[in-house]
Amino acid sequence: MSIGVPAETAPARVPFYNDPKFRSIAYQVALCVIIGLLVYGAVDNVIVNLRRAHIASGFGFWNNNAGFDISQTLIEYNSQSSTYGRAFWVGLLNTLLVAGLGIVFATILGFLVGIGRLSTNWLVARTCSGYVETIRNIPLLLQLLFWYNGVLKALPDVRQSYQLPLDVFLNNRGLVLPKPIGQRGEGLLWLLILAGFIAAVVFRVWAKKRQAATGQQAPVFLAGLGFVIVPALLYALITGFPYTFDLPQRGRFNLTGGLEVGPEFAALLLGLSLYTAAFIAEVVRAGILAVSRGQTEAAYALGLKPGVTLQLIVLPQAMRVIIPPLTSQYLNLTKNSSLAVAIGYPDLVQIFTGTVLNQTGQAVEVVAITMAVYLTISLTTSLAMNIYNSRMALVER
Amino acid sequence: MTMSEGELAVTELHFVRDATLEPQPAPAAMTGAMGWLRSNLLSTPTNIGLTIIIALLLIWAIPELLKFLVIDAVWSGADRDACREIVQHREIGACWPFVWERLPYFIYGSYPIPLRWRVDTFFAMLAIGVFWLLWLEAPRRDLGAFYFFIVLPICSFILLHGFAAIGLPVVDTVLWGGALVTIVVASVGIVVSLPLGILLALGRRSQMPTIRLFSTIFIEFVRGVPLVTVLFMASVMLPLFVSESLSPDKLLRALIGIALFASAYMAEVVRAGLQAIPKGQFEGAMAIGLGYWQMMRLIVLPQAIKITVPNIVNTYIGLFKDTTLVFIVGLFDFLHTVEVSRIDPKWATPVTSTTGYAVAAIFYLIFCYSMSRYAKAMEARLGRGDKR
Repeated sequence: MSIGVPAETAPARVPFYNDPKFRSIAYQVALCVIIGLLVYGAVDNVIVNLRRAHIASGFGFWNNNAGFDISQTLIEYNSQSSTYGRAFWVGLLNTLLVAGLGIVFATILGFLVGIGRLSTNWLVARTCSGYVETIRNIPLLLQLLFWYNGVLKALPDVRQSYQLPLDVFLNNRGLVLPKPIGQRGEGLLWLLILAGFIAAVVFRVWAKKRQAATGQQAPVFLAGLGFVIVPALLYALITGFPYTFDLPQRGRFNLTGGLEVGPEFAALLLGLSLYTAAFIAEVVRAGILAVSRGQTEAAYALGLKPGVTLQLIVLPQAMRVIIPPLTSQYLNLTKNSSLAVAIGYPDLVQIFTGTVLNQTGQAVEVVAITMAVYLTISLTTSLAMNIYNSRMALVER
Repeated sequence: MTMSEGELAVTELHFVRDATLEPQPAPAAMTGAMGWLRSNLLSTPTNIGLTIIIALLLIWAIPELLKFLVIDAVWSGADRDACREIVQHREIGACWPFVWERLPYFIYGSYPIPLRWRVDTFFAMLAIGVFWLLWLEAPRRDLGAFYFFIVLPICSFILLHGFAAIGLPVVDTVLWGGALVTIVVASVGIVVSLPLGILLALGRRSQMPTIRLFSTIFIEFVRGVPLVTVLFMASVMLPLFVSESLSPDKLLRALIGIALFASAYMAEVVRAGLQAIPKGQFEGAMAIGLGYWQMMRLIVLPQAIKITVPNIVNTYIGLFKDTTLVFIVGLFDFLHTVEVSRIDPKWATPVTSTTGYAVAAIFYLIFCYSMSRYAKAMEARLGRGDKR
């Protein structure tokens, strides 16, 4: 009784500006207003600046005549009648070509070097780590310039071309290879190879099922190789090889015929592959180290050889760790292919933000289109990656 | 009788040795140099093959490299004749006199010669700042951070750009070049990207949807496009975005591009660190009544930054290499000065390009390799507490 209940007082009112809810809303509104003002100011300035410089805006230039030449085109293109839109597709295809081939070579070399770095062979391990440390610490642009100006452009000129085996010529205008020309029956050959490939996949599925049921193994790789090669080879032997080669010929001043690979393309491909391979090697090494040592020891205890252990025990488990950073290396390679602009390979950036931008002056549209392409590639890949990751996580449980 | 029989049996039936054998030395083929060779180079037929292939490769490559850089190199001379095979009648390696003559250009670009002491002072001040911050036992590292992030940028700007009021004539950035530009671009990227990256990372993990959205869009956008296009955007679009009177100069445009690009990458590195901090740390900080910024500044960020230091340094290495891309938008960084010098008719020889590229490679290799060694050492040092 004596303990008086304190008179009921209203709970101390928090002033509204200290209320977290109010603050959060206020911050967000403020941010939106600031960004809105910035965008508004930028757009306003763009309109004023463009009007003063008499530059058109909009994407109307897409169908205008381009009027410039491109040194390497995968699709039909000529400077007289092709449009800027056509030039865009030429550039995009060139980017995809060099990125695609670069990814293949960088993956092969990267896996070899990454595995080599963990080799028990002292010389191999040291050489591989020397390669990684050197290549990773030199800017890619410098490497590209070196391959282009220091090596490929320093080769002898056309008249003194190096002649390599199989009628391959190397000179400062690039590499000239025999050009295969399809004859009658070419389609059938490819059809046979495709059929062989499908048969190999079917055989692999069947062999896996059988192994799961009975434990019997089948020589999947050899059989698959057989499926692909044997019918095609038989066909070629019976009906004659459906290709003839257009061999480069040494003329008085020039090489005629053959398939030319420009030094720009060769330097870019070489530089990108060697550079990215060093990063892929690190990714592979980290992935292999993430597989616990017990796995390898258990495999040895079962009597598997080191090579088989790597192939059947370590790499499949390491792939789960390797694939996400590997994908981001692939994306880096694709983005780095834009350095083509420094050595004059006609990729998307060189054609679009270079020539087209200079001719039209429409900086906003041109840069926006170029960025949108790379953004699409990146975001699509990360989306695919997220799906892959979630599937892998499910398999793990 | 039985006793003696038993004794006899014991003496005759020595199944077990009663004295230990003296340890034998390992077989001669398994120890010493031979043993090392056998286990490290020649353990299996595949290994023998690999060893031979790599050894042949190295035996070909290393002497070639030495021959070019040292043995056949030309060490002195006045112009291209010193480095031409036709004139010298011998095989010519690297042309070092070309480098000696062009070295000031490689370092300062076209910075006016009587004012180059200002660049030297900047280099010295930067070196002090870097050592102060990187040397972990240095006294008053808090002062060091203040010096590096506040004092140094202001002093550098006054020194390099000039400030007419105190008698330092203004040097237009068009004249800047060489290692100066490379180091300025890299330092600005480093100084700006860390704080901006932390803010973006916090923004991306924020509870407020708008802030999270804008941060995420910015980060994903910048990381999704090549640096070349960001630099193009900075150099051709930025002047359109501001009114004509404010139009930034070329160097500033590139600096903005590089700083924004590096911030987005830094944000992801810091975010990874933030994600590694257990939730209990946040909750503990809130339970003792810390506000958001106090919690981040005193509890979360110190731990998050600690575990991300190696990755931060790796991002800096990438940034340092990426500074070469300002070449493409027409700035004269180290690589660009080399590229311009190598086509100088005064030194036109077949070996000039290779010599120039070798110098550039050594320059970048030294910087990047020392950064990566530092990252490794930090990793080892920071990991010490977690070792069992």
